[in-house]
Amino acid sequence: MEKETFRYDNTIVRKFAFATMAFGIIGMLVGLTAALQMVDPWWNGLTSWLTFGRIRPLHTNAVIFAFVGNGIFMGVYYSLQRLLKTRMWSDALSNINFWGWQLIILSAVVTLPLGITSGKEYAELEWPIDIAIALIWVVFGLNMFMTILKRRERHLYVAIWFYIATFVTVAMLHIVNSFELPVSLFKSYSWYAGVQDALVQWWYGHNAVAFFLTTPYLGLMYYFIPKAANRPVYSYRLSIVHFWALIFIYIWAGPHHLLYTALPEWAQNIGVVFSFMLIAPSWGGMLNGLLTLRGAWDRVRESAVLKFMVVAVTCYGMATFEGPLMSLKNVNAISHFTDWTVGHVHIGGLGWNGFMTFGILYYLVPKLWNTKMYSTKLSDFHFWIGTLGIIFYALPLYWAGFTQSLMWNEFTKEGFLAYPNFLETVTQVKPMYAARAFGGGIYIIGVIAMLYNLIMTMKQGSFQKEEEASALPLAKEYEPHKGEGWHRAIERRPVQMLIFSLIAVAIGGAIEIIPTMLIDSNVPTIASVKPYTPLELEGRDIYIREGCYNCHSQMIRPFRSETERYGEYSKAGEFVYDHPFQWGSKRTGPDLHRIGAKYSDSWHFNHMLDPSAMSPGTIMPSYPWLFEDELNTDLTAGKIRAMQTLGVPYAEGYDQIAVEELTYQSESIAANLEKDGIQVLPNSEILALIAYLQRLGTDIRPSAPQRGEYGKSNAVVEKPEIVQK
Amino acid sequence: MEGLIDKIMLKFVKHHMETIAGIEIYPIISFIIFFTFFVAVLAYLVFQRKEYFDQLSMMPLDEENASTNKH
Repeated sequence: MEKETFRYDNTIVRKFAFATMAFGIIGMLVGLTAALQMVDPWWNGLTSWLTFGRIRPLHTNAVIFAFVGNGIFMGVYYSLQRLLKTRMWSDALSNINFWGWQLIILSAVVTLPLGITSGKEYAELEWPIDIAIALIWVVFGLNMFMTILKRRERHLYVAIWFYIATFVTVAMLHIVNSFELPVSLFKSYSWYAGVQDALVQWWYGHNAVAFFLTTPYLGLMYYFIPKAANRPVYSYRLSIVHFWALIFIYIWAGPHHLLYTALPEWAQNIGVVFSFMLIAPSWGGMLNGLLTLRGAWDRVRESAVLKFMVVAVTCYGMATFEGPLMSLKNVNAISHFTDWTVGHVHIGGLGWNGFMTFGILYYLVPKLWNTKMYSTKLSDFHFWIGTLGIIFYALPLYWAGFTQSLMWNEFTKEGFLAYPNFLETVTQVKPMYAARAFGGGIYIIGVIAMLYNLIMTMKQGSFQKEEEASALPLAKEYEPHKGEGWHRAIERRPVQMLIFSLIAVAIGGAIEIIPTMLIDSNVPTIASVKPYTPLELEGRDIYIREGCYNCHSQMIRPFRSETERYGEYSKAGEFVYDHPFQWGSKRTGPDLHRIGAKYSDSWHFNHMLDPSAMSPGTIMPSYPWLFEDELNTDLTAGKIRAMQTLGVPYAEGYDQIAVEELTYQSESIAANLEKDGIQVLPNSEILALIAYLQRLGTDIRPSAPQRGEYGKSNAVVEKPEIVQK
Repeated sequence: MEGLIDKIMLKFVKHHMETIAGIEIYPIISFIIFFTFFVAVLAYLVFQRKEYFDQLSMMPLDEENASTNKH
């Protein structure tokens, strides 16, 4: 048989490399802005576009889907061709993948600061963008699969298994979590409500970490570490165990984000058990990566690529040790809602994904431009300042996390909360936020040094658009080895590999989610819980638009410290009309589930206008535009109809009188404010937000107004006793 | 019409397999499948020859010679 000559496509790798570099620095600068906003609210500016609640989703989306996303494509398009000894199947699809992905990122950059969001963490993008993501992802998968089919290697190297699992699982997660009912081009409601929505969201959210930030990067690790060290992976056997164990177990772990919440106990326990089991495959993989360098550690001293990769894999080990511990209920009681979680994810983000990406860039750029690194001194500088940046970033947040938890839970001898004012726990950790911003800042300085270094490297070299290679074609007749194992048969069959991976992840997903949908007893309903009034619903949409859930939870856990501080703990049945749920995952500010009727309307009015006037030293930004902008009621009727479709029991024809009801309630709140001497623009957005906040968590109060039928009389907000601060 | 499609979709998402008799057995079946598969993978790995894996682990490094295109 004759050897065939073919060319690897390097231009697509270059494109993704540029995008990775560009969105890396952009996403991190947005993150730095968010970090500074937590030190001083001045950084929020006075425009709605740049407030923390909109900037934080922009940061998470930019670093996850733009920086790491482009990094995945860069590494996959490079390694896939070489591992399969063939060019990508279609240059056109490669380019559609590239430009489509950048357009999606661009649309995120525009929509998120405008407050166009579905209100679900890490899945904020609205439905048209969700559809675009699904399409482009399929383009990527198709291109990958067709390339696999025309390969010149019989066996699929383990890295490719990780790519396949990434493709199928992300597709499944994205589609299931994005079921939403459009109201308009830029507004939709999640199909799921309350507990179900939370469960689906964190099944997605956790596995976005697993299958977007972890499995593709493990594939890259299995390719690029052996390449950079010029020696084979420590144990190929271990990599097979690593693969199957990881994808089987990961998919079950989502509920660990919902411990002590209103989620059914059995679902929480599944999450704990599987999360803890994750230590085994994760550490197996980490050791496999590190031990690849056995006997070659001296090379780490000279190679910037290996330095970055060693720290990346070490951070992976740290994060995957910490994660299972944080999934234990007793540890989670401390860590959840605190900055510990933020520190934890940044060990993964800055260390594992960031450093692995930098290592790959330092490996690829000199290779593709056929030259040497411009400056090894500069890459060493990047390595050290980046490593210091990670430490300065994470340690203050661990400190802050424990401080928060201890202060929230501290009781005096007399049995009162030691820090009844939540604000005290915020001002206490402000210096830690400043230290974190410093850590993030120097990490970015390192990235800027890298960009300069890489650009100079490109300048001194000449780019190799295509790389010639040759290999024997795949033998038509397959000659099985004597005593070939059954797994070996899977190893060379990509379609079967895809199906097996899909079965593995689908089983876990199905068992976790389907039962809460099937069995009514999992979500007990509460008779006094009624749908939102049209004004409250609009107010809720403002709450979602402003990203309040980024700093405030709506989930009081059944701890004495929480029921003392906030009131009755949250029940699953209270959220049955919440499309989407807004439990949140972080308490930079206090929980808001029982905020309703706690303060007067005028308190909320003044607080939203100038938070620091009501709470000196607060880091909450002010929201002046809510007082100037009139509430848009064009969609109100449509929103009510959408809710009806989703099963919210508004009376037939209620959409017709919704705006009327809304105006009535809005006027009554304005009148209430006037009593306190406050003049408010009629129909301004703040009235809707106040209506929503005053409704929150009040349905189960014994004194709650009975809203049996929906009519004018019931739309009036009847106020139970008002506690003045 | 548009509402109809929504309702059908919702039914698919929300009300579902309640009616399937003995649905509790499904998780147990899936666990058995998973466990069996996993043990089988382990057994396979233990009994495969080392040289085979050595050859596979060289795949990223040996760019010139395709190593597994026949078998």
